Amino acid sequence: MESCLKGRVGEVLLPGDVFRLARTETTISLSDPEPDPLRTQKVVCGPGLRRDGDHVVVSCKSGVLKHKQPNMYWVDSQQRRYVPAKGESVIGIITAKSGDVFKVDVGGSEQASLSYLAFEGATKRNRPNVQVGDLVYAQLIIANKDMEPELVCIDSSGRANGMGVFGAGGLLFKVSLGLVRRLLTPQNEIVKGLEKLFPCELVLGMNGRVWVRAATVQKTLIVANLLESSENMTAQQRPILFKRVADGNLQIKKEGGRERDMESE
Amino acid sequence: MKDTPLSNCERDFLLKAIEEKKRLDGRQTYDYRNIKLRFGADYGCCIVDLGKTRVMAQVSCELVTPKESRPNEGILFFNLELSPMASPAFELGRSSELLVKLNRQLERCLRNSHCIDTESLCVVSGEKVWQIRVDVHMLNHDGNLMDATSIAAIAALSHFKRPDVGVQGDQVTVYSPEERNPIALSIYHMPICVSLSFFQQGTYLLVDPCEREERVMDGLLMITMNKHREICSIQSSGGIMLLKEQAMTEITDLIMRALENDKKTRKEGGKCGFAEYMPLARITVNTTDDTSVDMTGPVVVISDSEDEEDVVILHPETL
Repeated sequence: MESCLKGRVGEVLLPGDVFRLARTETTISLSDPEPDPLRTQKVVCGPGLRRDGDHVVVSCKSGVLKHKQPNMYWVDSQQRRYVPAKGESVIGIITAKSGDVFKVDVGGSEQASLSYLAFEGATKRNRPNVQVGDLVYAQLIIANKDMEPELVCIDSSGRANGMGVFGAGGLLFKVSLGLVRRLLTPQNEIVKGLEKLFPCELVLGMNGRVWVRAATVQKTLIVANLLESSENMTAQQRPILFKRVADGNLQIKKEGGRERDMESE
Repeated sequence: MKDTPLSNCERDFLLKAIEEKKRLDGRQTYDYRNIKLRFGADYGCCIVDLGKTRVMAQVSCELVTPKESRPNEGILFFNLELSPMASPAFELGRSSELLVKLNRQLERCLRNSHCIDTESLCVVSGEKVWQIRVDVHMLNHDGNLMDATSIAAIAALSHFKRPDVGVQGDQVTVYSPEERNPIALSIYHMPICVSLSFFQQGTYLLVDPCEREERVMDGLLMITMNKHREICSIQSSGGIMLLKEQAMTEITDLIMRALENDKKTRKEGGKCGFAEYMPLARITVNTTDDTSVDMTGPVVVISDSEDEEDVVILHPETL
């Protein structure tokens, strides 16, 4: 199985693509002391891949097949719809206050709940000041397909650790989940490029929401546009664009527009 | 499914940006987003891209008995669909307020402006007339559906050709395209809808609002005009009435050019249709349209602000 997956790393998979084990041998020979090399190969299926029966892996997303040593495989898709996963940090929008919980939109199929006690320093007497429409940076502690997702704004030791209500004066926008994951990788080139360009604050939610704030409205807009457009650029094209922005002549971009139609990373 | 709520921070930022005469995508107050027109392989099919908003119109025709009040006039019928594909907030098969509003506006725009000669659609007076049906499907919603709808509908109507008919005695023959060339509809003028949105009780005015701008606007004014600078309809909702004359010659020109292009390729026997126009729509090939961002503001202070703070990423270690 692994060899047939390995052969397609970097290729585009479509929903319904099936990988079959080269040999579908189900009987175990007791006389043979050596285990079948094919049986010992285990494969870890990441997002987009699913085991179906004994030998078949079906991809349920379209995207590029990625591989990580020793045996992890997943499909890197351009998905924008967020599916809550436990432990991920997301940006949510408070939609309602009901009793002792806030309802928070995190972009998933269902609204998440956030207890008012799950803020730093909050007690029954001392309620946090959260209004409907506010942004919260929170972490998912329950994310189960059969249950309502639940958020907290504190870590296990009761500290905020960067989480909580935020967002005055910045701009919130949505990018694909893949871009957020890329931005969150350590020493990311895009973030490094931005660092050199403007000083700005950046909040990245794993649910595809990004919040930026720079010194002025103008700069905030530029950073937001840069992040959005960097999704479809190659590593070579990005520094050119960043340099242009640094020089302050974005208008010339029109000429070289077609170059960017090349494939993304 | 419910729509994503708009956060306070987005609303505040948008209003602040509008006050500073900035828009999210770097447009000016009276700038339209890029319009792209594509025609399908069949006559009367058109996809319009207005920025990220995408609308498809399909025109079809049918022989029906006319209305008793107008025995020698063809019938125009408009059908709009807001599919969940365009926005998760849309539900299929339910007529929402927005759908009724769009449908009404499209009817006013195209039927009441008498831009199409309905009398030429009569085959046998009082018995058989052509019914022209325009189906408009929203494929992606990023604001200003009305303008995209009106452009798609009129472009599809201009592109459409109905089969030729012959009347001998009381016998009506419909000829296939192989037997006789299909006939285009006779269109007098092209009404184009232009939406203007008001902010802060009409202090600020923007043309072609995008989805997020639509959600914070106070009022909307839709003006339908043709290139002869005639106003075909005006509809305002909320806000204060303000009039801003705008000649829509540019959009009409664009439709004419696109139609001309399509006609030429068809004549040369070249490939046509969406398949030809979207050859690169693969997963690995993603493009972003160029947005020219206005860099004339107080931006050139990069050097002195470098020491303030670096990029801060909020991403605490997982618990």
